[in-house]
Amino acid sequence: MNLDFSFFSWELISNFVLKGLVFSFQLTLIAMVGGIILGTLLALMRLSGKKWLEIPAAAYVNTMRSIPLVMVILWFFLLIPLMTGKPMGAELSAMITFTLFEAAYFSEIMRAGIQSVPKGQVQAGYAVGMTYPQTMQLIVLPQAFRNMLPVLLTQTIILFQDTSLVYAIGAYDLLKGFEIAGKNFNRPVETYLVAALVYFVICFSLSLLVKRLQNRIAIIR
Amino acid sequence: MATWDWQVFCKETVTGEQIAGCFGKGGDVTYLDWLISAWGWTLSVALLALVVALAVGALMGILRTTPDKRLVFIGNAWTELFRNIPLLVQIFLWYHVLPAIFKPLQAFPSFVLVVFALGFFTSARISEQVRAGIQSLPKGQRYAGLAMGLTLPQTYRYVLLPMAFRIVIPPLTSESMNIIKNSSVAFAVSIAELTMFALQAGEETSRNVEMYLAVTALYFVSAFAINRVMLFVEGRVRVPGMIGSK
Repeated sequence: MNLDFSFFSWELISNFVLKGLVFSFQLTLIAMVGGIILGTLLALMRLSGKKWLEIPAAAYVNTMRSIPLVMVILWFFLLIPLMTGKPMGAELSAMITFTLFEAAYFSEIMRAGIQSVPKGQVQAGYAVGMTYPQTMQLIVLPQAFRNMLPVLLTQTIILFQDTSLVYAIGAYDLLKGFEIAGKNFNRPVETYLVAALVYFVICFSLSLLVKRLQNRIAIIR
Repeated sequence: MATWDWQVFCKETVTGEQIAGCFGKGGDVTYLDWLISAWGWTLSVALLALVVALAVGALMGILRTTPDKRLVFIGNAWTELFRNIPLLVQIFLWYHVLPAIFKPLQAFPSFVLVVFALGFFTSARISEQVRAGIQSLPKGQRYAGLAMGLTLPQTYRYVLLPMAFRIVIPPLTSESMNIIKNSSVAFAVSIAELTMFALQAGEETSRNVEMYLAVTALYFVSAFAINRVMLFVEGRVRVPGMIGSK
């Protein structure tokens, strides 16, 4: 079989691919920001030392982490309309799902980050008269974020890759854009190849950036 | 929410009639039969892919720690290639693209292609773990092996790998559980595994919640079983005198 990429044009990209790329980035960004905020809350709950906060947070995190993402996507797509009584678009459903799902993974990262801060820091906070929220907000979390920044970003790259799984509910993402273009031009082989290349270039360059960042942070510390 | 209807699993998949005992006899297939066969597909895809991933991942991880720059490059390139493309896209590559370019691949059933897709994808992660495991050993161990007159392969076989493989068992446990979860992506190329079952049976019966619950429970059980097996292995091969050992 001969590969023929001549049908790739700016029209094709702007008609089919760009819309998907924008959605994939949107989804990644929303799930990252929402996931880190929710995940930090979950981590704080798990480290609070209060059983009634620890147990629900741990149950949530462990449940999310033991179900395949595809099933979680399908579950939310099924359950959100059942609970709200209104139909919901695949795109919005995906954003809610990814935020809640990634929160579980980000919370594990944040938990490790918070635990990596020396105990003396917390005691110092208390010693100067700070409350628990103040100690966390002003002393522990800034250090935890900084220590965990490379891991948080690596998880975000994985998150970006995982956004392709919205395929299960038919949302229009980067992969879908290439797929539809391939169907329209009857060139699925080439479009899948280019899709793989685009994902690779994005993820690989991001991972190189993370590596550089990691080195810089390591020196500061 | 609507009431539960677990009897739906006793229905015949074509005629829709209730079958006593829930297991179809003769040519009949109930949803329960289908669910169990789907579980079988999930486990076969995941376990075969795990074998591929462990073999290739260990090899690539080892290559990345050798003194030979070319071998290191091959290992690194492999890892970056398979780590930076989403699994779903890789599965499409194996299913749609490779057979179109290499004709002989068309003879393989899609099951085999998915096993390789999932296996190679996971091999990149395992290669990371194996490399980290080998590099976590003190450099002196490698030098000691070489100084004793062992060749490089012998040093790996008798000195480095027996320790490194034990160190990487905990991360490998989580990769093995991941591979069960990741096998769900195979639904995209119509492998008759659990997620595919959930989608199709849910649509046919309109009993999505029951179907999804059953499938989710089976994923739970499978991942948990792998976890227990790996913990058992970990306990058996523990290095005496290290922090983790009794």
